[in-house]
Amino acid sequence: MSTVQAHGVAGHHADAHDHHGPEKGWRRWVFATNHKDIGTMYLLFSLAMFFIGGLMALIVRAELFQPGLQLVDPYFFNTMTTMHALVMIFGAVMPAFVGLANWMIPLQIGAPDMALPRMNNFSFWILPFAFTLLLSTLFFESGGPAGGWTMYPPLALQMGETFPMTIFAIHLMGASSIMGAINVIVTVMNMRAPGMSLLKMPVFVWGWLITAYLLIAVMPVLAGAVTMLLTDYYFGTSFFQAAGGGDPVMYQHIFWFFGHPEVYIMILPAFGVVSEIIPTFSRKRLFGYDTMVYAIAAIAFLSFIVWAHHMFTVGMPLAGQMFFMLSTMLIAVPTGVKIFNWTATMFKGSLTFEPPMLFAIAFLFMFTIGGFSGLMLAIVPADFQYHDSYFVVAHFHYVLVPGAVFAIMAAVYYWLPKWTGHMYNMKLAKLHFWLSTIFVNLLFFPQHFLGLAGMPRRIPDYSTQFADWNLVSSIGAFGFGFAQLLFAYIVWQSIRGGAKATDKVWDGGAPQGLEWTLSSPPPYHSFEVAPEVK
Amino acid sequence: MAKTLKYAAGLAACLPGSAAFAAWDLNMPVGVTELSRQIYGLHMLILWVCVIIAVLVFGAIIYSIVKFRHSKGAVAATFDHSTKVEVVWTVIPIAILVGMAIPAAETLINIEDTRDSDLTVKVTGYQWKWHYEYLDHDISFFSTMDRDSDRARQLRAGVDVRGIDNYLLEVDNPMVVPVGAKVRVLLTANDVIHSWWVPEFGMKKDAIPGFINEMWFRADEPGTYRGQCAELCGRDHAYMPVVVKVLPREEYEAWLREQQGEGAAQAAASDVTSDAAAQIVAKAE
Repeated sequence: MSTVQAHGVAGHHADAHDHHGPEKGWRRWVFATNHKDIGTMYLLFSLAMFFIGGLMALIVRAELFQPGLQLVDPYFFNTMTTMHALVMIFGAVMPAFVGLANWMIPLQIGAPDMALPRMNNFSFWILPFAFTLLLSTLFFESGGPAGGWTMYPPLALQMGETFPMTIFAIHLMGASSIMGAINVIVTVMNMRAPGMSLLKMPVFVWGWLITAYLLIAVMPVLAGAVTMLLTDYYFGTSFFQAAGGGDPVMYQHIFWFFGHPEVYIMILPAFGVVSEIIPTFSRKRLFGYDTMVYAIAAIAFLSFIVWAHHMFTVGMPLAGQMFFMLSTMLIAVPTGVKIFNWTATMFKGSLTFEPPMLFAIAFLFMFTIGGFSGLMLAIVPADFQYHDSYFVVAHFHYVLVPGAVFAIMAAVYYWLPKWTGHMYNMKLAKLHFWLSTIFVNLLFFPQHFLGLAGMPRRIPDYSTQFADWNLVSSIGAFGFGFAQLLFAYIVWQSIRGGAKATDKVWDGGAPQGLEWTLSSPPPYHSFEVAPEVK
Repeated sequence: MAKTLKYAAGLAACLPGSAAFAAWDLNMPVGVTELSRQIYGLHMLILWVCVIIAVLVFGAIIYSIVKFRHSKGAVAATFDHSTKVEVVWTVIPIAILVGMAIPAAETLINIEDTRDSDLTVKVTGYQWKWHYEYLDHDISFFSTMDRDSDRARQLRAGVDVRGIDNYLLEVDNPMVVPVGAKVRVLLTANDVIHSWWVPEFGMKKDAIPGFINEMWFRADEPGTYRGQCAELCGRDHAYMPVVVKVLPREEYEAWLREQQGEGAAQAAASDVTSDAAAQIVAKAE
């Protein structure tokens, strides 16, 4: 479609306002169909949720600062751990990646917008309602959900009157994710610039394409599981109640059939981000592009056949335990390939250390640490010790915080000048990096020791032998939390103004991809004429 | 290398001084059962494999960071793939994984073998206490957190919990087993899911309503071993400790007699059961 034609078509329907510019005022955001606006809203929403979820984590860490119960009732403590997880997973990490997808996929594949802009609007605007519903449970007399984000029955069925609100909020989040995923798939499959074959797509797009399939496959499974909880609670069914012939373990199987792919939903786009950034600042092409893509696909496939490693202690038959141990260990192979290939990309490169690169390198180190503890957890006999201890808490926070969250920050620092047209304060960003990296390790590394020494997770108070490392961990938590205010300030500053960013932004580096052929910020409607990819 | 780690751990443990409890613990306890030692061995094996891989990978990353700096005039090479290397670093990890899976599978088979037990105790989880039932001897009792801990754990109780022995890890009635006996534990729950965990025994297993799970341990040293519920079970999840007293044979028998005397069981019946207990212990030796 040429620009001229676009003018002609628009002239018929909407003559009153400027076709090329955004709407004025609130209409621009509420009626948004532009992928950049929706991407911005997703990212800001995610940032807000990151702070709300972070506040909950700080309440948890404040209570755990020393033994004894000083601040909150155990029930409220359980509410905080539960809500922290739900808010961070569904409110912070997933929407951040959808925001990045909205902004970057059309720019990277040379498309004018996402394929389904109105559904895009819908999938975003569901989220504020879903989270209002979820967070409002805190203000009810019976309190918010406190059975853990995994909501295992029968405990989940002891929830108070806010139970259906939690379930419905999860339904909404799932619907939003599915729509986001459909949009990504349709866009990537249909709107690539001429010449961009699948194996020429940027790895970020690949990561997201595969993630989108995972989302479509598993979000309905979660919806089914929580709906069955709902009918057990209100309509007298006994899907998961042993007393009525139901099976509480069945819930765990269904939940983790969703839950394990969900873990990769939060990390595959991060792989994509890191695969964009490391080559740019190594001034060298990504090592083994094809293998990187196949590795993502392999990880996605394996994610469907490893779920029961989250529940080795429920008492499965020996053959089942063996199978899930071996399949889980297999994941180390494609993941290892990715780590090695990123390292090989840096090897014999010409490296500079701008903030995105710093975060990407930190990701490389700390995600690998999370991978190691993941491998340890796969060994069933050892898992009988690790399971449900702080070792697990350390493990998944290593892959999610210095893993997924660092990748999101790397992505923001990488593309922010492209989005706003302004460079941000590099010195502050580097300070933010160092504070985050030091404190995140202070926060999560000692949790390995706590778990190995025998501290169970999800407890508001602990025996005095765990006091010292908990104190260290809490100090790390507050340091990490406050360092993120700096992040918000840096982003805000860059939105407000600053040195003009060039089209290429990273002139010293070697950024690849179509997004760098556009101006910074890109025009409101970009690639109305599809670029040629050779 | 294991020695180095031990020294390092020891050094770290000495640093802060407060030696009253091993507060700066870094590692898993070796434990007092055959299984816990096997599990510890597996844990250390994987840990060292991970450490070696980490040294290699992180070494390569750090080397690249130091050596190939733009600011030092490094010029980027142009290679972007090598099938040979990629095959190598796919195959080698598979070999390492197989090497780890074999001992893991052996231990797992051993863990699952609950045959020939000397004593069976049925453990039932309740919100928030444990119930122990000695199936071979008409003994059963609840095990609840002790009063001192319970007073101190209340919100803003104003009690210095460091002054309490085994804060949160002490119960009124511990489970008691004879040393050296293969104890089969049957696990279930009456309300929600709980999980029975004693780190020194190397094992935890979920207690699930409507299910009976099995695990076993054979403690080699007399002593008191402490653990906690490991599966979130509601408001007071943190307050249902597991305490197991492992007694020498004679003391265990004395305990059995005492329990049966207290209970409704008649003297005659008690003789029979303590004979049975003696047989069990004899078999265990």
